[in-house]
Amino acid sequence: MKRFLIFLPLCVAIVIGLAGWWGLNPDRDPNSIPSALIGQPVPAFDLPAIEGIGGLGLSTQDFGDGSGPILVNVFASWCVPCRAEHAVLTRMVREDNLALVGINYKDKPEAATAWLTELGNPYDRIGSDETGRAGVEWGISGVPETFVVDANGIIVFRFVGPITSDAALATLRKALAQAGADKS
Amino acid sequence: MIPEIGQFALTLALMTAVIQGILPIWGAARNNAVWMRSATPTAALQCILIAIAFGALMRSFVVSDFTVVNVVENSHSLKPMLFKVAGTWGSHEGSLLLWTLILAVFGAAVAILGQNIPTSLKARTLSVQAWISTGFLSFMLFTSNPFDRIFPAPLDGNDLNPLLQDVGLAMHPPLLYIGYVGFSIVFSFAVAALIEGRVDPAWARWVRPWTLAAWVALTGGIALGSWWAYYELGWGGWWFWDPVENVSFMPWLLGTALLHSAVVTEKRGAFKSWTILLAILTFSLSLLGTFIVRSGLLTSVHAFAVDPERGAYILGLLVLSIGGSLTLYAIRAPKMDPGGLFAPVSREGGLLINNLLLALATATVLFGTLYPLFLEAITGDKISVGPPFFNASFIPIMLPLVIVMGVGPFLSWKRADLPGVFDRLKWVIFITLISLLVVWYMQTKGPALAVLAMAIAVWLLLATLREWSLRIKLGQVSFSESRDRLRRVPRSSHGMTLAHAGLAVCIFGFVGSSAWKSEEVLFVEPGTQIEIAGFDVTFEGTERVQGPNYVAAVGVLRVMRNGRDVTVLRPERRTYPVAQSQTTEAAIRSTPAGDLYASITEPANEDATGKWTLRILYEPLVGLVWLGSLMLVLGGLTSLTDRRLRVGSPKRKTPVATAPIAGE
Repeated sequence: MKRFLIFLPLCVAIVIGLAGWWGLNPDRDPNSIPSALIGQPVPAFDLPAIEGIGGLGLSTQDFGDGSGPILVNVFASWCVPCRAEHAVLTRMVREDNLALVGINYKDKPEAATAWLTELGNPYDRIGSDETGRAGVEWGISGVPETFVVDANGIIVFRFVGPITSDAALATLRKALAQAGADKS
Repeated sequence: MIPEIGQFALTLALMTAVIQGILPIWGAARNNAVWMRSATPTAALQCILIAIAFGALMRSFVVSDFTVVNVVENSHSLKPMLFKVAGTWGSHEGSLLLWTLILAVFGAAVAILGQNIPTSLKARTLSVQAWISTGFLSFMLFTSNPFDRIFPAPLDGNDLNPLLQDVGLAMHPPLLYIGYVGFSIVFSFAVAALIEGRVDPAWARWVRPWTLAAWVALTGGIALGSWWAYYELGWGGWWFWDPVENVSFMPWLLGTALLHSAVVTEKRGAFKSWTILLAILTFSLSLLGTFIVRSGLLTSVHAFAVDPERGAYILGLLVLSIGGSLTLYAIRAPKMDPGGLFAPVSREGGLLINNLLLALATATVLFGTLYPLFLEAITGDKISVGPPFFNASFIPIMLPLVIVMGVGPFLSWKRADLPGVFDRLKWVIFITLISLLVVWYMQTKGPALAVLAMAIAVWLLLATLREWSLRIKLGQVSFSESRDRLRRVPRSSHGMTLAHAGLAVCIFGFVGSSAWKSEEVLFVEPGTQIEIAGFDVTFEGTERVQGPNYVAAVGVLRVMRNGRDVTVLRPERRTYPVAQSQTTEAAIRSTPAGDLYASITEPANEDATGKWTLRILYEPLVGLVWLGSLMLVLGGLTSLTDRRLRVGSPKRKTPVATAPIAGE
């Protein structure tokens, strides 16, 4: 036992050294955050509507009915960039006539209701994810985050951060167009 | 011409280091006194040569010599002089030069000041130190030469990253490096002792001042870095468990463990092999930190320009130094005698708990820091480990440590009288329980853990003061006798009291500012009013201000409390046209009770013209974080002036009285 303990620091150092050697691979970019969900069906979740705002909740069954791509936006009233993004999404819904659903992440129903009353509600359906459980299922790393789900209920695109810049809007439009084209 | 001198001096320093790495240790093996003594002049020469190189690089920055690539990339002729000087260590190459300079300064300091160290141990130590120097000097010369020239020379430089243009940052790397690199000499002492095969209380006493000096500098460096993040970066916090913060914190934790275990080795001859292991691991973690920061291995807010070739070279150095020293340890450690016996309840027992908990805490931080890398290597998943993990795992380890810290100094060596200790602490326990109830009553909303942590900090502070007052018999004997005792108590005891009390003060700050802070983030227009933590804040608009190498938009926030003017906060958003980047200058009103902290960001897009994003926070007690850190540093310094550690000065006056302890 004592013999083993004496060698323990060396073994730990070797393991760390091997991991470090692997990590030096120049093709590796530690800053990129890929989504494991791309190409996967929408995860299983079932969220109620926000209390007090009426409308419909959001669950797995709402996807994949073959009607066209759906934009899923994760938002919260406590998130400042969401406020800026909200205007962009509202305009997209009005001009592009697309289906937008929301996941209200870790938010109090009263706060979310006040926020939507103040800014308007562009969402067809909103699931209230007070516990953040659905956020975990979707693998989000922060708020806001936006996904594109195609007509078959497969997640085809993920965007981390607010869609406020022109570049972000362009990539989102491209992803939407591709998702729509796949259907026909 | 001057840069060539620097380059030449660096090359000579490498050759000197190679000689210093071979001759003295060979001399020690063959018992050749002349070869052993050659370590002193070579260590001094190596230090002078690297200092010349450093001076040459600094001159290139001061006169803005744009024929040097490093100056072009990191300086600008319009930059204030202080930051031209600080630019010397603002880049990868320059900071590496500073790293080796500090390494050589420590080597030379041991060579010149360590006159009471036996010749053979000193020779071996300085040789090991020279091996490290050789590794880093060759790394610099072969992969990151700070003196590379550029032709044709550009008219002006690219400017130093504006975030780095701050007095706190100008001081942060040197202090942090003194800490990091200072542990190199302790490492060298440990490896030398392993080679020599002898660790005794005298060894622990020779090593102690160097450990303390490194620890003091590292404490100061970390505190300055966090102060910088808070005041300069406008992050609204002082610690984020970022990988680069963690890699500086791990050597601190283990260094703290080392300070305490070395006391046991010195006083009781126990914990020998453990102390040696801690000495090796502390510096190994410093090296690991250097590797992580400079190789771009992990995602971090801090980053140097990343180059895989450099990463591979440092990894090679790590394998040689850490792998080599741990292998040596595994071979030699079983032969060390275990030393003095002690009862579970004793000073030794207390320090053992201290060491186990600190080592466990270090392992936790190491695991959390490297876990994303392991996971990605094995499964390909990319994740990041954030504050929730560290808070949930680190704090529960630290709280028992702080409780033991209160009792520890009361325990006597070998076997302690626990009921007697509790008898002396009964009032402290009573007041702690009262304060627990008071804090609980005042802060019903805060997390329960915060209330508990507050009470534990009260406990530590009172127990530390109680121990100190018992030591000088305050209140038991006449005041003048107490004062007399105060003078006779060893400085290291005062140092301990100050440092332990400092940690208690830090904890007040940690808990207050993280558990009970209020934060608002919102869009503001001129006239917007916000209420936060009892303050009424009005945003009055922004002004444009022209700085020396930047333009700034300054937000004006009028702060009132109960209808009376308190202050005007002026957070800035600076734009540096040359470096094409922006920085946030937070506006802070500091009081002992807490900081009111505001920062602004310009409108995100055209839709929101005139709407600035305002972040305003109230952080109770946050100033205590730095006050406590200062007490830790002062405690370390006080301990360093202890008579039994004082290196040099008294010996020079009376060389006969304190003849060097015979080495052979």
